[in-house]
Amino acid sequence: MKKGYYGEFGGQFVPELLMPPLLELEEAMKTIMKSAEFCDEYTRLLTDFIGRPTAMTHCRNLSRELGFNLWLKREDLAHTGAHKINNTVGQALLTQMMGKTTLLAETGAGQHGVATACAASLLDLDCEIYMGAVDVERQSHNVKRMELFGAKVVPVESGTKTLKDAINAAMRKWIADQETTHYCFGTAAGAHPFPLLVRELQSIIGREAKAQFVEKNGKLPDYVVACVGGGSNAIGMFHDFVPEESVKIIGVEAGGTGEPGCYNSAPISLGTTGVLHGMNTKLLQTEEGQILPSHSVSAGLDYPGVGPEHVYLHDSGRVEYAIINDGQAINAFKTMCRKEGILPALESSHAVAWALENKDSIPAGSNVLVNLSGRGDKDMDIFEKYTAEYGN
Amino acid sequence: MKVSRLTEKIKESNAKGRTALVPFLPGGYPDLDKFWDEIIELDKNGADVIEIGMPFSDPVADGPVVEAASLKSLENGVNLKWIISGLKGCRDKIDAGVLLMGYLNPVLQYGIEQFAKDAQEAGVDGLIIADMPYEEGVEIKKILAEHDISLVPLVGLNTSRERMKLYAKDATGFVYFVSVLGTTGDRDTLPEDVKKGLEMAQELFDIPVALGFGLKRPEQLVALDGLVDAAVFGSALIRHVEAGKSCREFMEIWK
Repeated sequence: MKKGYYGEFGGQFVPELLMPPLLELEEAMKTIMKSAEFCDEYTRLLTDFIGRPTAMTHCRNLSRELGFNLWLKREDLAHTGAHKINNTVGQALLTQMMGKTTLLAETGAGQHGVATACAASLLDLDCEIYMGAVDVERQSHNVKRMELFGAKVVPVESGTKTLKDAINAAMRKWIADQETTHYCFGTAAGAHPFPLLVRELQSIIGREAKAQFVEKNGKLPDYVVACVGGGSNAIGMFHDFVPEESVKIIGVEAGGTGEPGCYNSAPISLGTTGVLHGMNTKLLQTEEGQILPSHSVSAGLDYPGVGPEHVYLHDSGRVEYAIINDGQAINAFKTMCRKEGILPALESSHAVAWALENKDSIPAGSNVLVNLSGRGDKDMDIFEKYTAEYGN
Repeated sequence: MKVSRLTEKIKESNAKGRTALVPFLPGGYPDLDKFWDEIIELDKNGADVIEIGMPFSDPVADGPVVEAASLKSLENGVNLKWIISGLKGCRDKIDAGVLLMGYLNPVLQYGIEQFAKDAQEAGVDGLIIADMPYEEGVEIKKILAEHDISLVPLVGLNTSRERMKLYAKDATGFVYFVSVLGTTGDRDTLPEDVKKGLEMAQELFDIPVALGFGLKRPEQLVALDGLVDAAVFGSALIRHVEAGKSCREFMEIWK
């Protein structure tokens, strides 16, 4: 495959002014990230700071009802409450070892912003977070957490004022400050080498999950399921399972309200091929190539593009991508709380919902392993607003 | 490919002892009715090459002024077809070279082959794609060259000699030197190392070198005498038009 590509997807579609820092990052991945110094320190931080390995939980009550075994990989138990921290601590360490002083990031739901701010604080780096003004409002709790960690949060007022606009603003800032600053990209998307870098740092999820599952059950799971926005928790979960042909892998995109003609966040299932944020991928766009607003009840999935490796995995037939709408996700959110005592992020609720919605087609006795990418405390305001509008 | 009209126009201007002028306006700005009149006005008042922006919803290389103007154009219903067919209708009234500038996705959705064909028929001389570095542009450049359209490279303060050579080996039209590590937008001063970068560009490229991003007044070019063959200005012109003033007045400052 061509460097930086997954089939025909990926690439480096950025202004020339961003090529030098991208090439510098590629080089740092080949040298610094392979060094014993980096590997030892990153491994130490994964254990001592992030709290890995995260648990794997068998959902006993739901499994009885569903007729198959539902397992959760508990990234919600990682420090700061989501898988995002695996990536940001890795990139922050890389930044420090590259001799740069500032972490720049964009965030949608705020989880990546919190994780970046936290990693910056740990490694004594300056931190600047770009966040769409709409997301600043709907994730105010996370904004406060970022600020507590010492980050400067910059609301982005342009465009749709959501994640895609925050990415645009962060890329602009990176052009200007590239000498001192590393752009800590939040998902396995964007220009090469970001999809590769983020996958490398997140693949700890799947490696651990596979080992834990085999240790508990003496075999591999039948299904591995994860939600897909940009796609970092999913690619991290899937990577080690992709070569295992017996495992069915399911990525779950957000269908928005599910009404005909509504905005959604399902570019693999409902989008077309195009170029945005440095990559050739599937996008929600008009026939003329203008990017459409996306929608999901989960701010973390609300993105009109997706990481290029997911599109490749879809087109090659290895991974099946399904759609879950807002209502189904909210139902899974409540079900998980009431039946298992676990408050999942609305992002992860989409993945849980896939298992609930497909209970009739999943063979009895199967083992379904869902990546619970984060915890849902951050989503309580959205949940309350949703139930006020649509009923409980 | 024959010598690009962009090169010819800039050289003609330089031969008269002046820096060529390259004004930029987003297609359909300030509104659909006035746009082509403004372009013709720019041509009549000293523009050597005119850059027409192809509006995109997510313009990462643009500053707030160009972004806002482009989004306004999109709201007005501007698309590539409107720009190309409008240009075709008035190209015979424009003496200057014409360049389209924008982002890759709208061009991809139009279809590269179809775009090259239609743009050539409309009299487009060159194209700038802000989010397409050398490596990603090789195939597109070939298709454009078959239609006598130059793919104008953007280089900047952080472009290494090695990468500049990569662009220089088969560039046509002119090379666009970005004056700042940043987005479009007028600035009061230019960074000190612009001169060094321009010297390298002049040494490596055998086509004209244009300077853009941040230009506001002709005096900014005084210290760069002999290193700038063409000056590109967008944000300052947009601000001027936005204030209800004429393109003619703006061009007076630069003549």
